Amino acid sequence: MRKENLKLMGYRRENGRIGVRNHVVIIPVDDLSNAAAEGVAHLVRGTMAIPHPYGRLQFGEDLELTFRTLIGTGRNPNVAAAIVIGIEPNWTERIVQGIAETGKPVEGFSIERSGDLKTVEAAARRAVQFVQWASELKREPFELGELVVSAKCGESDTTLGLASNPAVGRVLERLVDAGATAIFGETSEITGAEDIVASQAATPEVAEKFMRAFRSYQEFIKSQGVDLLGSQPTQGNIRGGLSTIEEKALGNIQKIGRNKVQSVLAPAEEPKGPGLHFMDSSSAAAEMVTLCAAAGSVVHFFATGQGNVVGNPIVPVIKLCANPVTVRTMSEHIDVDLSDMLKLKLSLDEAADKLMEVLVRTVNGRLTAAEVLRHDEFVLTKLYRSA
Amino acid sequence: MEHSILMHEPEDDVGVAVVDLKAGTEARAVTLEGRYIGTVKVTEDIPLGHKVAMRDIPEGEEVIKYGRPIGRATKSIAKGSHVHIHNIKSMRW
Repeated sequence: MRKENLKLMGYRRENGRIGVRNHVVIIPVDDLSNAAAEGVAHLVRGTMAIPHPYGRLQFGEDLELTFRTLIGTGRNPNVAAAIVIGIEPNWTERIVQGIAETGKPVEGFSIERSGDLKTVEAAARRAVQFVQWASELKREPFELGELVVSAKCGESDTTLGLASNPAVGRVLERLVDAGATAIFGETSEITGAEDIVASQAATPEVAEKFMRAFRSYQEFIKSQGVDLLGSQPTQGNIRGGLSTIEEKALGNIQKIGRNKVQSVLAPAEEPKGPGLHFMDSSSAAAEMVTLCAAAGSVVHFFATGQGNVVGNPIVPVIKLCANPVTVRTMSEHIDVDLSDMLKLKLSLDEAADKLMEVLVRTVNGRLTAAEVLRHDEFVLTKLYRSA
Repeated sequence: MEHSILMHEPEDDVGVAVVDLKAGTEARAVTLEGRYIGTVKVTEDIPLGHKVAMRDIPEGEEVIKYGRPIGRATKSIAKGSHVHIHNIKSMRW
């Protein structure tokens, strides 16, 4: 790609990280605080509430994951400033502190001993200041290698293995070569291609850690006394021609290209260095994108075959598709049409060029289809039942 | 004649229909690099994205795509027929 087309403009945050959006978010700590968070967002233009159904009576690893996800969402460089609202002050403060480490403006409010209305008023007054401050922040040039991106596919069909995922793989190779950071995952959807991922591990330790995460999920399935037939592949996958999990996985892993896997991340864990990282994660679209966003990804590549419409509140999700029927019938959801790859009229490198061009435009501020269509899915991963 | 089947590897047992194929069609198969592999007479309607058997696959045999097994044939599959969940099954679950 020509260098002049790679002019990237983003928001450099207090900790040096680059964001491509400038959101002021209102994060509820728990389900009970959704109403107040949404109240603030209704009052103050330029804010966005991120409601969710959990945050009460969770414990252990499950609770830690919820904290990590909520804190990570606030820390994400696409967020300029954050308001946190919880039912009580203790857990609220924990999330505020986690976000405050980045140096960005953040303030917490709790509802007990005030009620929703007073809380909304106090939080809204602070939100007004945050929005006006954020509205004067300017984009500045940055290098490709400073990007943190993620990739996951959904409503897959055979066109992903043939076309869209190899195109994502080629783009991730170019980004990683430039020094960027990339995240992939979907532990259950690697079944049948796990040896390929392990063979691309940067070190034997990473390979072993990956295989442990992979086996742990397989054992979890067995412990439930079920198999995933009927769920993996999904009914949408089957409609699109995928017959088995092995076939789906072999198409899925095309998107990592020839990159080495540098580390194995816990869900919502930030990568500690550049290169490609595997995150132990669900394959459900909104859960996985939420975890990637919490880990610091600022742009997500989402290849689809049958037409998954997922988005994220804070991270632009770029949809690419090579299935001509989906591109025709769901055009408002597709950012990059790769259907010419099936006709062999668009080479892999040309497809990667096309995707890079949309990446640059998205980074520089063009809204993706999912952003325009209000696809703000934010879904916490729940590891087990609450107390 | 334009191709209507794409194959990941030349030796794969199955190719992918990249258009809706009608029964009786002589379909041309090429690799992703455009290398001509052969033609196959499609014996039933096969929708875009679904797999076509490029050779006879005996019951119980592994079915190869991407040069790797993607499952096992649960019945014998004749060349040119539709390969899907009615005649292959995962070896994992």
